Amino acid sequence: MDTTKPAKPVPHPTPLSAPYWDGARQGKLMLQRCAACGKTRHYPQMLCSACYSTQVKWIEASQRGTIHSWTITHHAFHPAFADELPYTLVTVDLEEGVRALGRYNSTQLLKLGLPVRLRFENDAHGTPGLIVEPEV
Amino acid sequence: MSLKDKAALTGVGETAYVKGTPKTGPELQFEASLKAIADAGLTPRDIDGIIPIGITGNTAEEFIMNFGIDDLRLSAIIPHGGASGVASLQTAAAAIATGVCKHVLIAFGRNVTSGARAGQRIHTMPQFHLVTEFEYPLGAISPAQLYAPMARRHMELYGTTSLQFGEVAVTCRQHALLNDNAVMKKPMTIEDHQNSRMITDPFRLMDCSLENDGGVAFVVSAAERAPDMKQHPVYLSGVAVGHPDSPSSITQRPDMTRIGIAKAAARAFAMAGVTHADIDVAEIYDCFTYIVICQLEDMGFCAKGEGGAFIEGGRLRLGGELPVNTHGGLLSQGHLWGLNHVVELVRQLRGEAGRAQVKNATTGLVTGYGDQGDGSIAIMRRG
Repeated sequence: MDTTKPAKPVPHPTPLSAPYWDGARQGKLMLQRCAACGKTRHYPQMLCSACYSTQVKWIEASQRGTIHSWTITHHAFHPAFADELPYTLVTVDLEEGVRALGRYNSTQLLKLGLPVRLRFENDAHGTPGLIVEPEV
Repeated sequence: MSLKDKAALTGVGETAYVKGTPKTGPELQFEASLKAIADAGLTPRDIDGIIPIGITGNTAEEFIMNFGIDDLRLSAIIPHGGASGVASLQTAAAAIATGVCKHVLIAFGRNVTSGARAGQRIHTMPQFHLVTEFEYPLGAISPAQLYAPMARRHMELYGTTSLQFGEVAVTCRQHALLNDNAVMKKPMTIEDHQNSRMITDPFRLMDCSLENDGGVAFVVSAAERAPDMKQHPVYLSGVAVGHPDSPSSITQRPDMTRIGIAKAAARAFAMAGVTHADIDVAEIYDCFTYIVICQLEDMGFCAKGEGGAFIEGGRLRLGGELPVNTHGGLLSQGHLWGLNHVVELVRQLRGEAGRAQVKNATTGLVTGYGDQGDGSIAIMRRG
């Protein structure tokens, strides 16, 4: 790793979110599902907002969805991302009914509802990040 | 019990708004506070409630020490980012209406041009923790990048255009040119806006608000005292605060184009007993051009999706049907978390807005927006 480059921000998992990051390192997108009422939620939170249960069963998402919105970043808000410009952040409606944010990796024109697949890729620090690509 | 007309805005104060000053945030906050208190015809010891805005200024304890306040009865922290200033009017009015306080000071000050930029500041704030954990490592750093997908979706769903964003930017700039205390002093055309560099699509440089230094403050007093005070009274007729769905994650928000003010606005209008047609002037939080359009829709000035067309034809400009950000806004006067919008509305309703005065302005509104979509709104009337 190039040590002269500014470091990227790294996530600081909590007990609540650790299963998400454990899954991400294995390439799996893990979501919380309420063990009491079955409601799926994301990002990780303590209580089920439908039944207030703290009991969670983590499920593996299909990693398929559709484009909800996006932004194409041209400005280096953080020096660690300067050599990646421009990059595109996409919001994805997952099949499970929640959303995920990822980096778009395609030249295909974005539009609402575009079917996509998601996969994890490690950055230079070993942080798994979601990569989003159109369904072929 | 309603808060309608229980409180009045009796004093306002601003420092110079500049990019670069040796003065610290706390110093700027005190300077503005002393001006607001003097404007109200009070002394610092008359203040019995303090709501410091944000964390870049003084604590209430510092105010007690420096102002020699004998018996401070209320201090509160209102954690809504750019919605805090207007939201704190609700807290102040509630404290006044229940007899807890007589004169509440609301004050903000910061020096940001010598410190970290907004993009990195937010990741130290607890209300952004989900963004910091799940989105920051992907390169979602700045508020501009969090709000841009809201604007993009609005454009895709409703055909809203960058030219319409430009109309908001140009309107604010035109108004800033009438204001001696504005950071931006050069004219801007739609072409300038369209030619400004892309920051994070769809936001160009001129869709983004300023980062600058300054202090701003106002005094909220019991309504029954206002007629005997120094300035012409401006009454707080309606006030409300609203949180958006999924307040800590825009990514997860069911409707990305609907923000907290959609819940608050109807309450504020009902409390004030006025309709949209009664609003003579509106100071609308404008961290980004699109946010003005979104709030106009969410407040009910037009239907969802019609905001782009609504602002065309100079409707928001002085002389138009709904003059907006007559001081230049965050886009061109200065970014003071929207407390400068409150000051401007008070000046408009006193008839002290100088070259930007809306003729016969008797009723107006001011909004706040912050922390990924919290909303606040206040409706005021000239006494």
